[in-house]
Amino acid sequence: MRLREPYLNAAVLLGLIALPLAALLADAPFTITLATRAVILALAAVGLNIALGIGGLVSFGHAVFFGIGGYVMGILASHAQTYTPLDLGFVSIEGTKSMPVIWLSAMLISGIIAFFIGLLSLRTSGVYFIMITLAFGQLFYYFSISWPQYGGEDGLSIYMRNDFPGLNTLKPLQFFCLCFGLLCSVLFIQSKLQSAPFGLALNAARQTPLRAQAVGIEPLKLRLLAFVISGAITGLAGALFADLNRFVSPTMFSWQLSGELIVLIIIGGVGRLMGPVIGACMFVALEHFLGGLTKFWHVYLGLILLCIVLFARGGLIGLLTGKDGAKV
Amino acid sequence: MAQPVLATHKLQKSFGALLATDRVSVTLMPGEIHAVIGPNGAGKSTLIKQICGSLQPDSGSVDLLGKDISQLGTAARARQGLARSFQISELAMEDTVLQNVVLGGIGATRATWRFWRPALHTQALIARAESALARVNLLEQKDTICAKLSHGQRRQLEIAVALTLAPKAFIMDEPMAGLGGEGSKTMTKFLDGLRGEAPILLVEHDMDAVFALADRISVLVYGKIIATGSAREIRANRAVREAYLGEAE
Amino acid sequence: MSAILIIEQILNGLQFGVMLFLMAAGLTLIFGVMGLINLAHGSLYMVGAFAAASMAGLTGSFFIGLLAALIAAALAGAIIEIVVIRRLYKAAHLDQVLATFALILIFSEGTRWLFGSFPLFLEIPKLLSGPISLPGGIQYPLYRLSLIAIGLAVALGLWALIEKTRIGIQIRAGENDREMIAALGVDISKLYTLVFALGAALAGTAGALVGAIQSVQVGMGEPVLILAFVVIVIGGIGSIRGAFIGALLVGLTDTLGGVFLPELLKLFMETGSAQKTGSAFASMGIYILMGGVLIWKPTGLFGARA
Repeated sequence: MRLREPYLNAAVLLGLIALPLAALLADAPFTITLATRAVILALAAVGLNIALGIGGLVSFGHAVFFGIGGYVMGILASHAQTYTPLDLGFVSIEGTKSMPVIWLSAMLISGIIAFFIGLLSLRTSGVYFIMITLAFGQLFYYFSISWPQYGGEDGLSIYMRNDFPGLNTLKPLQFFCLCFGLLCSVLFIQSKLQSAPFGLALNAARQTPLRAQAVGIEPLKLRLLAFVISGAITGLAGALFADLNRFVSPTMFSWQLSGELIVLIIIGGVGRLMGPVIGACMFVALEHFLGGLTKFWHVYLGLILLCIVLFARGGLIGLLTGKDGAKV
Repeated sequence: MAQPVLATHKLQKSFGALLATDRVSVTLMPGEIHAVIGPNGAGKSTLIKQICGSLQPDSGSVDLLGKDISQLGTAARARQGLARSFQISELAMEDTVLQNVVLGGIGATRATWRFWRPALHTQALIARAESALARVNLLEQKDTICAKLSHGQRRQLEIAVALTLAPKAFIMDEPMAGLGGEGSKTMTKFLDGLRGEAPILLVEHDMDAVFALADRISVLVYGKIIATGSAREIRANRAVREAYLGEAE
Repeated sequence: MSAILIIEQILNGLQFGVMLFLMAAGLTLIFGVMGLINLAHGSLYMVGAFAAASMAGLTGSFFIGLLAALIAAALAGAIIEIVVIRRLYKAAHLDQVLATFALILIFSEGTRWLFGSFPLFLEIPKLLSGPISLPGGIQYPLYRLSLIAIGLAVALGLWALIEKTRIGIQIRAGENDREMIAALGVDISKLYTLVFALGAALAGTAGALVGAIQSVQVGMGEPVLILAFVVIVIGGIGSIRGAFIGALLVGLTDTLGGVFLPELLKLFMETGSAQKTGSAFASMGIYILMGGVLIWKPTGLFGARA
């Protein structure tokens, strides 16, 4: 059975909308929360996929941006809820619980940090790049544990969900729609990027950097920009995740999470537009159903992952459409 | 005398105790095909790398149309008008033929930082790509995935990508590599017609092609140019016969 | 801050370092010879610790436990090499990372399934327990000193193996040119299984040895794995000598940093948060060290062709 990819993509999106609506009718708000979780993880993985799937950058430290997004939200919201401004010495920032402001801040700060991490790590390649990104993840992890002002190891709770003009964000379906809307916007932007000269050049630089240089393209600059965009998007997802759970903790920086983001992408198909979305849905579904069956469901996840890597490298999309994933 | 399009001045490169490039000065004049030949290990690839910018010489310089490009990187030199084809095809295997050639156009027109309009819907890029493909007879295969092309077709594609740069000079690294008799003849004919657009610095092992195409031949042995001249002069040169052609007999 | 304390901490740093070396040596061998990134190395460390703890618990003898650790880890290594790792040698780095990440999941949860979430207890052998008097009036735990000795002995043994034996020549040749030694008739698959099992045995031994002074529990391997990766990046991937120097550097930086940084901060901050912040910054210190080394030497201190 060979499906055409655009039809598959449309089907996934429709399914993703239909599920929460059905859940609403069946009065099962938890399912909506589950779907929201899938959408947010998908968004984080979409971010990573831009660097990994198109750019070929195996970043084992993308949790850095997820965590930064979460903590930006946590810090801004906690200052708002205690009515004390954030004193940075030379400037005092009022906290805020406005989602648009938080999102923009999360994306901006993640992007900036991605720029500096990229500047330092993109000069390396192969194993060294993987290790450096992993190391940066650990760096932030230990830093956040040691920062007592924002909960340290225990994390930080945000009592109320943040505000979005015109919506009641406490309602599961409304928050879901917000996240889903963001996911669709980012997917749209990614598809534009991918087909534009920038995307074509980045994709080619992944496959044959020598050829790219020989036609006047500098792979390093392309990759840096891709890494920054990628970091910003994953940062946005982090802010949303923290909002969903109303909780931020150092585990958002953990290397296990970085690994899971890569797993999400490969389940769906590396480099494919909807790969991360399908992967995230499958992952959350597995987590929920398998996790309900046994405490040790990670063993099965490991086995599934092993099979995918060894036998079905193109992920689910590869299986259904007959196309291989990107070679990274 | 006309100014050379490309010139190297006393390029020198050592790897530890090995002198790979020994004060090499070659010129490429407008409208000519200048072949560089030499036995294996003579340092041809090292020379190419220094000309194209992927290797920094210990001393010496390279200039393009009189402008010193020694401090520029590979991509910058390509933007200045230096096009190269690789000995082992460097192509984006997952992409189609058209996508590969459009890449050349993107580099040539500085379109890398365009984020919105699809590359494959941009008339300027498509026109440039398709005309290059038509010239190497690959237009019909434009939607074929590169990995599915035959070896000969990939060599043609290499040339097509170089064409899209509308370069000032071509550096061709063994374009005949792996081509059979038919393919070599076609490629030879094609390169012959190309010299009018931009001169070609041709590194080759295929002696038939070299003697058929080259206006001038330089012989590189152990990193040093031991002779430069027309095909007839080179064939008659004793030092060359001993070092290279003699061994082949 | 007495001289005795400083020397004790230096010894602790050395002990930490040589145990890291056991992990890093295996990792760097596996990457150098087979070109494989092995995230499952931490799991092999854990397997060794659990094997030691169970056998020692059953038989009452630490040394039997240690032997069991070595055998169990080597065996586990050989099995996963034959079943999984073999298929990854030609694969891209991403595939290797994912497949070995999958192995971590399987090993970790599998161990939790078998042994539960509570840590196991591994007792220091009577023979090596208690303090030993060192010159200068220092009382240092005998066990930790023996770890340093064992670590140095292993380093020496590895050096002898690589430099002086036939297998060592094959390993060195393999690090340089994989295809060549296959063409020369060396049985590659056996060599690779051997190298992998050797690395696994080293990891398992380290796990067992350290398990006696820390707890034996699921997930104990991953922090050490990450540190071992930092070590080989600093030392240069593929270089055993680099792994040794790197391991000592990391061990000393981490231990001394963890002791002195809080002391330094106590001059500016109040004790409780100075301790916490100091320890955290000390654990960041290693990554800063790695970053510094890489800026100076992009392929590590003794790294191969850049």
